[in-house]
Amino acid sequence: MGFEVLLKGSNMLRLLTGLLVSLKISMISVVISIVLGVAVGIMMALKNPVITVISRIYLEIVRIMPQMVLLFIVYFGSTKALGINLSAETASIIVFSFWGTAEMADLVRGSLLSIPVIQYESSMSLGLTKLQTYVYVIVPQIIRRMIPLSINLITRMIKTTSLVMMIGIVEVLKVGQQIIEANRKVSPNAAFGVFLVIFLLYFLACWPISLLSKYLEKKWEN
Amino acid sequence: MNQEVINSYIPLYIEAFFLTVKIGWLGIMLSLIIGVLAAFVIHFKVPVLAQISKVYIELFRNTPLLVQLFFIYFGLPKIGISIQAETCGFIGLGLLGGSYMAEVFRSGLEGVPVSQTEGALALGLTQRQLFTYIIFPEALSQSVPGIVANVIFLLKETSVFSAISLMDLMFTAKDLIGLYYDTTEALFLLVVFYVIMLLPVSFLGNYIEKKARFKTLGV
Repeated sequence: MGFEVLLKGSNMLRLLTGLLVSLKISMISVVISIVLGVAVGIMMALKNPVITVISRIYLEIVRIMPQMVLLFIVYFGSTKALGINLSAETASIIVFSFWGTAEMADLVRGSLLSIPVIQYESSMSLGLTKLQTYVYVIVPQIIRRMIPLSINLITRMIKTTSLVMMIGIVEVLKVGQQIIEANRKVSPNAAFGVFLVIFLLYFLACWPISLLSKYLEKKWEN
Repeated sequence: MNQEVINSYIPLYIEAFFLTVKIGWLGIMLSLIIGVLAAFVIHFKVPVLAQISKVYIELFRNTPLLVQLFFIYFGLPKIGISIQAETCGFIGLGLLGGSYMAEVFRSGLEGVPVSQTEGALALGLTQRQLFTYIIFPEALSQSVPGIVANVIFLLKETSVFSAISLMDLMFTAKDLIGLYYDTTEALFLLVVFYVIMLLPVSFLGNYIEKKARFKTLGV
């Protein structure tokens, strides 16, 4: 079935190192997305007409452009059009942060606008200052809504980073292909085992995170 | 950008566009069917099938399409199941989408208030009438925003097909860049064709969402 290939030498270790490459890229992108996304989201909630138009266009671009197309534009396009030579890692971090920021900003905007006016009014009538209102009333509620959704973004980011293989980063799928090619003669059926293991590896990486996100969402409902 | 180059590329892109759209929509149809079936099975707690559906949903929601396609296209032939690239793309997209659609339908079914069921039973509707006239239409209208988001997501995911050498838009662009090195033109056309494919869906989706929201009852 091809599983024996993975037990030879350090093949399994190589696969895991490959997975770490994708995980590293997704973690860096998630951190950047969350920081930028919160800032952009707050700006979007301000309802400034210029910002609204710009952010609409930005969100629509992210909504309809496949991440793979963005990757190609940044990786191949930037070299050709601008003469900048980006490394594949940098290009993928730029693209995933661009995408993640939009997702995050939309979530922040949504949860900011979903806080009922009554919360602001009651805090005011209790004599809280504007700063106190935000620190003690509004922000804790927003964070509770945001955390499960941002955790969910992590799993989506991990899944999307499997695309970086297409611009030549050696991650888990590429390593898998290398292992299969190297053992073509000895175990011709390696493809089944190796790809099944990669499938399960991704599942093991994402499943606990989505369970956590679901759990927190249920726990903090209202 | 060179006009001549663009003109010579357009026919290739049109061909790839139709292939992408064809497989994309076939995959979406399959995903809707799988999604509805899985959601029903879980909602009605059919023994065994419900558990299988749950495992299936978790497995496919937590893995990338690229990995699923690699397994189906390169892995399965090794145990004797050979599938053509086109069929493989269609099946892969359907399975991935099915797990997402199932979640949407399931939360739609759960979202129908109990008072609707009670009201219908009080009016003397049978179980079957209750389901076909009350629960299903309401669950469907609640699921519309989720379905629209998933349709756009799945059409975007078609860009992964190039990895299993399907001649889709992405593959054509990559091929042309490699052959003639006119990167700017090839990428420009790639963006244009994806906009043509997805912008109408995005607008239509917004419109349908608004329409469906009016039809929601009891809220």
